[in-house]
Amino acid sequence: MSVAELEQPLLDVRNLRQYFDIKGGVLGRTVNHVKAVDGVDFQIYEGETVSIVGESGCGKSTTGRAILRLDDPTSGEIHFNGRDLAGLSKRQMRDVRKDLQVIFQDPFASLNPRQTVGRIIEEGMSILNSVPKEKRKERTIELLEQVGLNADVVDRYPHEFSGGQRQRIGIARTLAINPKLIVCDEAVSALDVSVQAQVLNLLKRLQREYNLTYLFISHDLGVVRHISDRIIVMYLGKIVEVADKKTLFENPKHPYTKALLSAIPEPTRKKQKERIVLQGDVPSPISPPSGCRFHTRCPLAQESCKVKEPELRRGEDGQLYACDVV
Amino acid sequence: MFVFIIRRMLQMIPVVLGVILVVFLIMQMVPGDPAVLLAGESATKEQVAQLREQLGLNQPLYMQYFEYVKNVATGDLGTSVRSGRPVAEEIFTRLPVTVELAFWSIIVTTVLGLLAGIISATKQYSISDISIMIVALLGVSLPNFWLGLMLILGFAVNFQIFPVSGWGSFMHVVLPAITLGTAGAAIVARMTRSSMLEVISQDYIRTAKAKGVKQTYIVYKHALKNALIPVITVVGLQFGALLGGTVLTESVFAINGLGRLIIDAIRMRDLPVVQGSILVVSILFVIVNMFVDIAYRLLNKRVDLN
Amino acid sequence: MTEQEKILDVKDLKTYFYVDDEEIPAVDGVDFSINKGETLGIVGESGCGKSITSLSVMQLVPNPPGKIVGGEINFKGENLLQKTEDELRKIRGNEISMIFQEPMTSLNPVYTVGEQIAEAIRIHQKKGRKEAFKQAVKMLELVGIPSPEERAKQEPHQLSGGMRQRVVIAMALACNPELLIADEPTTALDVTIQAQILDLLKELQKEFNSAIMFITHDLGVVADTCDKVVVMYAGKVVEHTDVDSLFESPKHPYTRGLLNSIPRIDEDQEELEAIDGNVPSPTNRPKGCAFAPRCPFAQEICHEKTPDLEEVDQVKARCWIYTDQWQGENPIEEGGEVANVGS
Repeated sequence: MSVAELEQPLLDVRNLRQYFDIKGGVLGRTVNHVKAVDGVDFQIYEGETVSIVGESGCGKSTTGRAILRLDDPTSGEIHFNGRDLAGLSKRQMRDVRKDLQVIFQDPFASLNPRQTVGRIIEEGMSILNSVPKEKRKERTIELLEQVGLNADVVDRYPHEFSGGQRQRIGIARTLAINPKLIVCDEAVSALDVSVQAQVLNLLKRLQREYNLTYLFISHDLGVVRHISDRIIVMYLGKIVEVADKKTLFENPKHPYTKALLSAIPEPTRKKQKERIVLQGDVPSPISPPSGCRFHTRCPLAQESCKVKEPELRRGEDGQLYACDVV
Repeated sequence: MFVFIIRRMLQMIPVVLGVILVVFLIMQMVPGDPAVLLAGESATKEQVAQLREQLGLNQPLYMQYFEYVKNVATGDLGTSVRSGRPVAEEIFTRLPVTVELAFWSIIVTTVLGLLAGIISATKQYSISDISIMIVALLGVSLPNFWLGLMLILGFAVNFQIFPVSGWGSFMHVVLPAITLGTAGAAIVARMTRSSMLEVISQDYIRTAKAKGVKQTYIVYKHALKNALIPVITVVGLQFGALLGGTVLTESVFAINGLGRLIIDAIRMRDLPVVQGSILVVSILFVIVNMFVDIAYRLLNKRVDLN
Repeated sequence: MTEQEKILDVKDLKTYFYVDDEEIPAVDGVDFSINKGETLGIVGESGCGKSITSLSVMQLVPNPPGKIVGGEINFKGENLLQKTEDELRKIRGNEISMIFQEPMTSLNPVYTVGEQIAEAIRIHQKKGRKEAFKQAVKMLELVGIPSPEERAKQEPHQLSGGMRQRVVIAMALACNPELLIADEPTTALDVTIQAQILDLLKELQKEFNSAIMFITHDLGVVADTCDKVVVMYAGKVVEHTDVDSLFESPKHPYTRGLLNSIPRIDEDQEELEAIDGNVPSPTNRPKGCAFAPRCPFAQEICHEKTPDLEEVDQVKARCWIYTDQWQGENPIEEGGEVANVGS
């Protein structure tokens, strides 16, 4: 990590906040906020894969959307390639889009059903003019072959393909634009496990070939372990732990990370680990608990956790974690 | 819920003011000088001018509007040109008749519509489903004055079960209520059918079946209450169409209701009465809509979330 | 294992769908059995027919377009396919009950959760409204819902996903069923909530001694909860085994591929051993063994004839490898952890 930290990060998110208004009362004014993301800092360096994991409502997808400027962040800075995206207008954002792409969970919803596969892939090249006109056909076929599809699918329509194949089309379209950073928002979650493995292998291979950087958003820790270099664990709008893959899975620090890892049933009879079962549900992000947000479910919680919000601190293996107890 | 009702009632104020404005402006656009009309053809210019002054017609338009709103707020809708009686009095002697007719018609609309819709949905693609849907299509397409005349011919003239016209007993209500309610019933039936079909395919219906609940309970207890949610909105909208329909139906059946008052007033160019009646009908519609919204909220509590 | 112990015995079950004059064999000759108090996992990917199998046992397959066209579903020795609708209704929710995948949509939004649980009790135990509601509150307490009395008076939208799934479980167990069918009961839940629900199910199974038929696509959940496992592919059972053999010596190449495809949290893998190709569409399944086009070992016979489900080392597998017709050596090594078998 030390070498990486010397260079400029490709993406540097600082104190990102994303609040959504709740309207109410007789006059329909904003009475409260959903604090979906509440002060998040992290960096991504070129060529690495960073994952954000957490359960529903932890703010992982919202963070992704804010980085892509699909929502306008409430506050904070998003430095991408040396530029702060938070202040950019829609038109200025268009220049950035070329380098910043996204792959969503539902490949079908993100492919225009009335366009042929060839059209879908070429469209990005023509809008952003990333490939000269006469070379686009050739490039399309090259891309299709790279994502493991036959060249003859160019004239077919998205509905003729299975979920895995559609996700491959989506990946080919993203690659056509030649981006620097790809945000994968639950990109393989809807796929069956045998097909999911194919797509994960593909994403890894393409990363090597194109020197891509991924921000991988997922709830599936197995997938995350397979694809990531570093992992960010979020809980209720906050980062609770950041660590490289090996450290996170072999020596998790934060009690939430430990519980999360132990909650996953593994497909093996070898060792049935001791499971930490968390009590209760994730609290509402409208009025998150005081102090440490995890204290309501934490097996190690102490009185002080209810009052003092822990800062991210550095552990012996270089990981960052937000807990004052462990 | 309480906050919602209050908010919904407050929202009515601008709507009613808007309605008054629209009615007021339309009346301004009607050709002819109300003062001339009121004073009569033999009136001298001085008399007309004096009347004008008296009616405030020399004031700028917005002043006239404020004046009108002020009068409406105090229940003064002006004086009928024809009878010389206050318009409010004219309207409120007729209003109960129309409200009663509308009430029975909406009953016809709802009961007939719901029953037909439920039968259609539970027996999808059967003979009864197909025939109900054909009848419903006819119901929407037939103009109600024609239907009214046909009903009179059939059940009042030929079979003499019901009186031909007039108002007073329950027997008088039947034919006009059917006339007025049929189109709505047809629309409600179609809506109920599609809504029921959608609800029947929901997961919780499968859950009920897995619990061992009887088919009839599933239809009337588990499905209907959910299916009613969109139907209520349709019934509410039908009420508006129904109020418009009273104008023709009351004429066909010679019922002395608000609808007929409007027609007569239009024929006599009795502008204050026309203006007042339209206003009352519009406000009635706004109020009904508010109740529909509240009922919708009560049934569909999920809307209340956030 | 004697015949008496079998609570459910499904033989050659065929459930077909008829859409636009096309016959879709969603479940195409499925055999399995469940013993009293045992948990049987049914695993497979989407479209393999596992959910339709579970709906078929309850005879809740939407008809049209679905229809059970053959086979037997023997529950406590009686064929459910020969029962009348009235008889079936007395079994559903009483002797066999079901938990569905989507806790958000499987409860009726316009009734309180207490009423919905009480309904099953009123139907099957002929109890009055008040008494049934009291028992519903007790059930809510049993499934670990805090302040059950207040919760019973709430509607589903006022509860979180995990709580709703607890309500669904309370409803299913209200009449103490002998067989509980759980169709992906934790798929829609977060992992920490899934852990709660899986623990709850195991606890309650001990208490009620129900047999559970557990439909899932997650082999981790299978390892955690099941005693026996049926692996389905393209409408057929390809392996019927106990959970230890499943993970230690999977017999069918598909089972093996499935296990190798899973990205693990307990070890690093440079590349996942994915299964090539896609799950065949039910309208257009290949001739012979449906898995043959994706199978790394397939021989000529695999593309021509469908193998039978036959006994191999005390478990059952549907694969030519274990028959005399197989040319050459058995490519699947015996024993050993599967992950090591891959290249």
